[in-house]
Amino acid sequence: MADHQPENEPLVEVRDLKVYFPVLAGVLRRKVGEVKAVDKVSLDIMQGETLGLVGESGCGKTTAGRAILRLNDITDGTVKIKGKYIHKSSLKEIRKIRPTMQMIFQDPQESLNPRMTVSAIISEPLTEHQNLSKKEREERVFDLMDSVGLNRDFATRYPHEFSGGQRQRIGIARALALNPELIVCDEPIAALDVSIQAQVVNLLEDLQEERNLTYLFISHDLGMVRHIATRVAVMYLGQIVEIGKSESLYSSPLHPYTEALLSAVPEADPEIERTRKAIVLSGDVPSPANPPEGCNFCNRCPKAFDICHKVEPTLTEIEPGRFVSCHLYNG
Amino acid sequence: MFNYTIRRTLLAIPTLFFISLVLFLLLDLAPGDPTAQLPLTIPPEVREKIRLALGLGEPFHIRFLLWLEQFFINEPLHLLTELTGVDFSGDRQRVISWQSRSPVMDIVVQRLPQTLWVVGMSYVIGTIIALPIGIISAYRQYSWFDQIGTFVSMVGFSIPTFFTGVLLIVIFSVHLGWFPSIYDTTHVVTDWSSLIVQIKQMIMPTMVLALYNAAQISRFMRASMLDNLNQDYVRTARAKGLRENVVLLVHVLRNSMIPVVTVIAIGVPTVFGGAIITEQVFKVNGLGQLLITAIQANDIPMVQTLTFIFAVLIVLFNLLADILYGILDPRIRYE
Repeated sequence: MADHQPENEPLVEVRDLKVYFPVLAGVLRRKVGEVKAVDKVSLDIMQGETLGLVGESGCGKTTAGRAILRLNDITDGTVKIKGKYIHKSSLKEIRKIRPTMQMIFQDPQESLNPRMTVSAIISEPLTEHQNLSKKEREERVFDLMDSVGLNRDFATRYPHEFSGGQRQRIGIARALALNPELIVCDEPIAALDVSIQAQVVNLLEDLQEERNLTYLFISHDLGMVRHIATRVAVMYLGQIVEIGKSESLYSSPLHPYTEALLSAVPEADPEIERTRKAIVLSGDVPSPANPPEGCNFCNRCPKAFDICHKVEPTLTEIEPGRFVSCHLYNG
Repeated sequence: MFNYTIRRTLLAIPTLFFISLVLFLLLDLAPGDPTAQLPLTIPPEVREKIRLALGLGEPFHIRFLLWLEQFFINEPLHLLTELTGVDFSGDRQRVISWQSRSPVMDIVVQRLPQTLWVVGMSYVIGTIIALPIGIISAYRQYSWFDQIGTFVSMVGFSIPTFFTGVLLIVIFSVHLGWFPSIYDTTHVVTDWSSLIVQIKQMIMPTMVLALYNAAQISRFMRASMLDNLNQDYVRTARAKGLRENVVLLVHVLRNSMIPVVTVIAIGVPTVFGGAIITEQVFKVNGLGQLLITAIQANDIPMVQTLTFIFAVLIVLFNLLADILYGILDPRIRYE
């Protein structure tokens, strides 16, 4: 494929992405409010990099990931993939560009059709989007199974006959089938045993190297994200509070939420672990249907001051490539 | 799967034996006298002789064993004789109806076509209507189509067939005069115009029953589709970039059909059982009507045989439903 993309143009460019879910109530099911699952999220993903998207459960990571691939309806904002705006494309047009963007799902058990064999699952996108003979398709399925480390003899088996790790490999093979450039990994390891997690993450890294893949790696496992991600975005209550290079973000978190989040990660070294002080946040995450005025984090922030309760901070570049949304740094 | 089928079939034998025993006991304990409908002028001692001639003088277990012999040995042998022309049955006693003195199975064979045509057709039509309604209702949940579908199936569920049947007769037979109110069993289809007459007389009873069947099956279909539409694998299918009709008809529908097919299979015996009330309303002399008249006349061999045949069909179709489940759902393996 001839690719005339400018050098520094990001593969994915998301601006002010909003995904609101209506809250219906009453006899007539009128709309009484909105859940702001994703609220004004902007991010870029460069070709070949891995952007980690972290945050606690329910902060909108998965919804954001799905919305970028248009698997969820977008309320507002723009999404540009490979220089093409897709946020307003019809589902028919989206279907045509699906081959470039794929998703690996969180739950490898539920995300595979129980009535399809492995080879049917992997080859289905091929029959849909490519004109291959039966033999070529079969060959392709075997290739994919090889590259994710699945025995070729398993091709005629059904998903329920596999372990969790193997199922996730099927999911990965399926996502790779159409040679995508962008893969959104939605907590691909969350449902797996710790022993299998490393295998799957290594597989993802190997595949990235081989095929020059770009990942949006959604996870709540901060350690794993540090390992795999080039850059990391931290989400809180539907908004991105901080983005930065993996090393700098982990070594010197700027946003108080990032700080608290990272302080909760146990250290492998017992000496350091002994001195680690976790910042325990008080209170609960507010409802995304009714976020606090001002900064979303103000009611739990240990460093909050007056302005935080009144004015919503904006994501601003503090250092090159380092964005924080916090009044502490906004002058 | 094969071993499972064999085992289930073998297990069905004691079950059916037990059912036949219970049926026989129930009929024996039930009040009523087969000679009750004979003229009152018959003197009591003659009446007693009639009862003895019917075999009612024997103790319970003898009568039961005789029925077993007649039903399981004599009837099949007779059928074999009929089919091959070689005499297997000799002068073995068949199950005889007390009303008509003709063999019960002969009457059943005479009545079966009417029931299969009317009730069977209604089941087929009901299913054909119900499946798309269920699919569309689920796919467009809470749309006007779904709301209307829900309303119609509530109507189909809750209004009894003796009401809808009579209502249709009043509208289409009495006022409009489009269709006959009585099903003519003697009508023979020989050419185009007689076929039209046959279709005309079938429409009303078929539609009454089809409404009822469609109401049930469409609800099942809708619920099953809704279950599957929210599954993660559907999102995977969309992420693959499949066309929406492939997502719906290949991924969702195939998975949704698993419970629906078993529900349809389990419902088939009710077709043979006839729709007793609807057959009464439209005077279709099928199996349901046969059963009800036999009960009224205390025709115990007829009632016993018919109910037992229904029991066999129910056991058979339950087994069939289980096997279908195993074939359709790869997660289920019978050992």
